[in-house]
Amino acid sequence: MRTAPDPATGTCPVPLPETERVLLGHGSGGRLSAELIGDVLLPALGDAAPPGPLEDAATFTVDGTELAVSTDAYVVSPLFFAGGDIGTLAVHGTVNDLAMRAAMPVALTIAYVIEEGFPLTDLRRIAASVGAAARAAGVPVLTGDTKVVDRGAADGIFVVSTGVGRRLPGAAPSAAGAAPGDAVLLSGPIGCHGTTVLSAREGLGFDTDIASDTQPLHRLVETMVTTGGTGVHALRDPTRGGLASALNEIARDSHVGVEIEERALPVPAGVQAACELLGLDPAQVANEGCLIAFVAPELADTVLAAMRSRPEGRNAVRIGTATSTDPGRVVVRTTVGSRRVLDMLVGEQLPRIC
Amino acid sequence: MKYLDEYRDPDLARLLLDELHRVATRPWTLMEVCGGQTHTIVRQGIDELLPAGIRMIHGPGCPVCVTPLETLDRAMAIAARPDTILTSFGDMLRVPGSHTDLLSLKARGADVRVVYSPMDAVQLARQRPDRQVVFLAVGFETTAPANAMAVLHAATLGLPNFSVLVSHVLVPPGMTAILESAACEVQAFLAAGHVCAVMGWSEYEPLAATYRVPIVVTGFEPLDLLEGILLAVRQLEEGRCEVENQYVRAVHRSGNSAAQDAIRRVFRVTDRAWRGIGTIAASGLALADEYAAFDAEIRFDVGRLTAVEHPDCIAGQILTGARTPTECAAYGTACTPRSPLGAPMVSSEGTCAAYFNAGRTRGAAAPTTGGTR
Repeated sequence: MRTAPDPATGTCPVPLPETERVLLGHGSGGRLSAELIGDVLLPALGDAAPPGPLEDAATFTVDGTELAVSTDAYVVSPLFFAGGDIGTLAVHGTVNDLAMRAAMPVALTIAYVIEEGFPLTDLRRIAASVGAAARAAGVPVLTGDTKVVDRGAADGIFVVSTGVGRRLPGAAPSAAGAAPGDAVLLSGPIGCHGTTVLSAREGLGFDTDIASDTQPLHRLVETMVTTGGTGVHALRDPTRGGLASALNEIARDSHVGVEIEERALPVPAGVQAACELLGLDPAQVANEGCLIAFVAPELADTVLAAMRSRPEGRNAVRIGTATSTDPGRVVVRTTVGSRRVLDMLVGEQLPRIC
Repeated sequence: MKYLDEYRDPDLARLLLDELHRVATRPWTLMEVCGGQTHTIVRQGIDELLPAGIRMIHGPGCPVCVTPLETLDRAMAIAARPDTILTSFGDMLRVPGSHTDLLSLKARGADVRVVYSPMDAVQLARQRPDRQVVFLAVGFETTAPANAMAVLHAATLGLPNFSVLVSHVLVPPGMTAILESAACEVQAFLAAGHVCAVMGWSEYEPLAATYRVPIVVTGFEPLDLLEGILLAVRQLEEGRCEVENQYVRAVHRSGNSAAQDAIRRVFRVTDRAWRGIGTIAASGLALADEYAAFDAEIRFDVGRLTAVEHPDCIAGQILTGARTPTECAAYGTACTPRSPLGAPMVSSEGTCAAYFNAGRTRGAAAPTTGGTR
């Protein structure tokens, strides 16, 4: 029996039946993940649950200083891939989550959960990547933790990072901050990270010349906020679940419609080829080094120009507009001139048969 | 990207649409056979740009949709065995069986793995001599050659721990069954380009002649589909009923003879049950007697299976084009990609999933049609 309610239909959150288990898809960043958080994890917090919409990082004020905090666990397989490894991801991912709230990183923590028997050479490489990425981002790793578990109790190594950031004055981007008329900007090509990791997985049988886009985005955000100020309404880095999830989350939390021009989406040829082969949608593939921004229309051109002045944003483009019609819905204008809804991924992305 | 962008050009699409509007003087009903074509039509909103009266109904060509429930239940019973690794293409994993699906079984500890080619399953069997590796071999003529090659390869290697659970289906008998049904409204077919890349199109010529129905071998990109629709409508308007080839860059009349040889060596034609539709005579492939040693159905005795379809699912009517997903009471409420009642809500090639993912709701065809006519 399948009795779990679908949140999309607006039914109240009934606890999942006892017989249900966590599926891999619950970690995909799509609808199943949202369900797990909304139905299981948040209700359990009760009064300790965060107020307001769920953001990439939470903000709070201490002695008049606005801070942001974010935490993330990294479980990528394979651990090493073109463009980075689990160590670089652990730094960039958390730095970027802070940056999406216009917070500049001031401190990181790193915890390693290591499987017994894990090669020390690999651990050295990962630790070196963490160090290099933190230095390049200009953020110290202030503390950390190390645990070793029995062989089989973890898959090689998991890395958890937490970051604290200080908010830039005069900026308050939020997933709930987008307004009708906003320009939707994208800082660079999509799909590189997800397809790189997939192609590096054993047995996929194809080679690509693409590399993960993993990079820190806080300096790009600083430039954007300096130029656009409070006109930068919403920022999100489209990681798991890709562009589709990020746009849907902002549309939902801001109660706006979003209209995207399919032809404007920058999809590199290698990503396009991999997605065609595997039957994946580039808009649902993970990224680790680009962001989407909802910006007040009168500031769109200047913010876009500012983005292009930085290396992380040199390929920035405008991909669409926020609308007042169909709040919560993301619509794509297709290449042949028709329209369709761009929905969140349901569970795992599953390659098709033929 | 080369070989893709050319077939997605909006200006050329507009030209084809203009020509279609010029040619079409009457209402016509066309069926695209393949789920991949359905996916492009719905994803690109092509059906909403067609002249009024040109109706596309979506055919049965979704491999996971027509795989019988009993085969799925058998696959799950085999996967639940402790000594077994069940391998499958990704989109079979979420298809609901009578009681559960392969992903849920995996979460409970079964060793279920996605492979990208049946050859990967053979490789896995070589690496894991301590395990029985079973490949769930489903699909139309498109996937049959690679599955045949995997069996031939395993036979050459003398692999005792590799087997296939076969449920292949064939397109022409499926089309015949649709044409023979009393409720058939189909006046022309877009045949599946990839199937014809393997089999050629000569086997469709008797169908076109017997049932006086135009058949256009069609590709999968937006321009392919628009041109295929145009060619079919032109035939209908001119009173012709021929097999025509739109997908010239991939298909020729005799198909791929090496692939056909592999199919003929490894498989034999058999009656096959299509999920939601029923048994169609001589409509499937099973392992030839010579390769029966690789038949997972024979190797693993899983006892008697009683397959139970969900009573609210109208997959059979969807697969034959008799109803559209939005006409199903369960669509979007009891049945969603999150918790599908039937197979067409699972695969990206399934008609129900294609509709749902494109945001089509009951009553309204699409978000809002962007067509200018």
